[in-house]
Amino acid sequence: MNGAHDLGGMHGFGPVEPEPDEPAFHAAWERRAFGLTLAMGAWRRWNLDMSRSEREQMPPAEYLATTYYEHWLFGLERLLVKHGLVSPEEIARVRRGEPTPSSGPAAIADDALRPDSVPRMLGNRRAARLDDAVAPRFHVGQIVRARNIHPLGHTRLPRYVRGHQGAVAIDHGVFIFPDTHAAGEGTRPQHVYSVRFEARELWGPDAPARDSVHVDLWDDYLEAP
Amino acid sequence: MTEHDHDHDHDHGHGIDDPAHPHNAPLSDVQLRVRALESLLTDKGLVDPAALDALIDTYETKVGPRNGALVVARAWTDPAFKQRLLANASEPLAELGFLGRQGEDMVVLENTASLHNLVVCTLCSCYPWPVLGLPPVWYKSAPYRSRAVIDPRGVLRDFGVELPDDVEVRVWDSTAELRYLVLPLRPAGTEGMTEDELIPLVTRDAMIGTALVQPPGAR
Repeated sequence: MNGAHDLGGMHGFGPVEPEPDEPAFHAAWERRAFGLTLAMGAWRRWNLDMSRSEREQMPPAEYLATTYYEHWLFGLERLLVKHGLVSPEEIARVRRGEPTPSSGPAAIADDALRPDSVPRMLGNRRAARLDDAVAPRFHVGQIVRARNIHPLGHTRLPRYVRGHQGAVAIDHGVFIFPDTHAAGEGTRPQHVYSVRFEARELWGPDAPARDSVHVDLWDDYLEAP
Repeated sequence: MTEHDHDHDHDHGHGIDDPAHPHNAPLSDVQLRVRALESLLTDKGLVDPAALDALIDTYETKVGPRNGALVVARAWTDPAFKQRLLANASEPLAELGFLGRQGEDMVVLENTASLHNLVVCTLCSCYPWPVLGLPPVWYKSAPYRSRAVIDPRGVLRDFGVELPDDVEVRVWDSTAELRYLVLPLRPAGTEGMTEDELIPLVTRDAMIGTALVQPPGAR
């Protein structure tokens, strides 16, 4: 979807402000929101593309006015309801900051993430790469065009490259296709390429002649020009 | 029950050290909301708060840019390692134990005298966790994500870096599940230095591409 998350090329947000000696987290709630998101992700009821897709559902004005972990929290709450792990009423109470009436913690479920499983979970080396023998549609050096499409669902094709031509610089191999994966419609294995777009192709003649932007794009995002 | 049967209704676990909100100050809306969510999920048996502690501790104390700095320093001092790193980064990084979540498929980008690489994720905040830890706020912020692709030289100036016109700036937008680490230019005056001596010179920002590595004594 053409959401507020798709920020590449926008103006007006001001300078980048680095923070010296920045801590990993800036508040206790950020730590817990981070931990909750990863711990609930370990249930594998949803995938990373679904997580990103839910965060992108935040209304644009709210997205731009909130912080990173608030986006995560918003996405997690939606996923928990969508997958039936908590009720809409329970999440409404959470969003008001009200504790849910409880008789105390239940026994921790067998499938819940435990501390001793954390290193294995974080060390997992398989995510989106697939072994499927899918032929590439394009080859390194080939000129391609990013399709001018505007899907209503999740996509990793940024607006600023749509309709523009670039050259395939690297064939990264076969990966899960996020658009279908986020919608629960399968992995649709296909090649991902690093496509080199000249800065002037994207931004016009005022851009520096030598500069370029490399964007990782799937076969389904590309066409022959 | 076990050690996990601790009081989940305390002040959000380990949150009492939050400098912005002393223990006796009223909790903000978002603090209350996260606390309510953790209590709810704990009550349902869906999360073990101790697992959250372990996740948080990993990125606060164990995994950070020192991993990436070791990779860079080794690449500077070991030509065979550097060659393997640039050919297929995932393999040598796996050997070092620096492959994993949000860094399952790695690409290392070499800066040269005529090429400067800069990494961004315009769509969210993709970042190579196993070698750099969690991303800084500026990397996740709208100013960086919006401008890195359209005005990378302006972004570099925000970091105090001015590149000559004859250096190509190549921006890498991490839109897929490849994660990028910049191999910065080794500064002059470090020729005789060992890997261990070089590691402290390599900053996180230099491995994102928003800084240059400074020679010793320059900072």
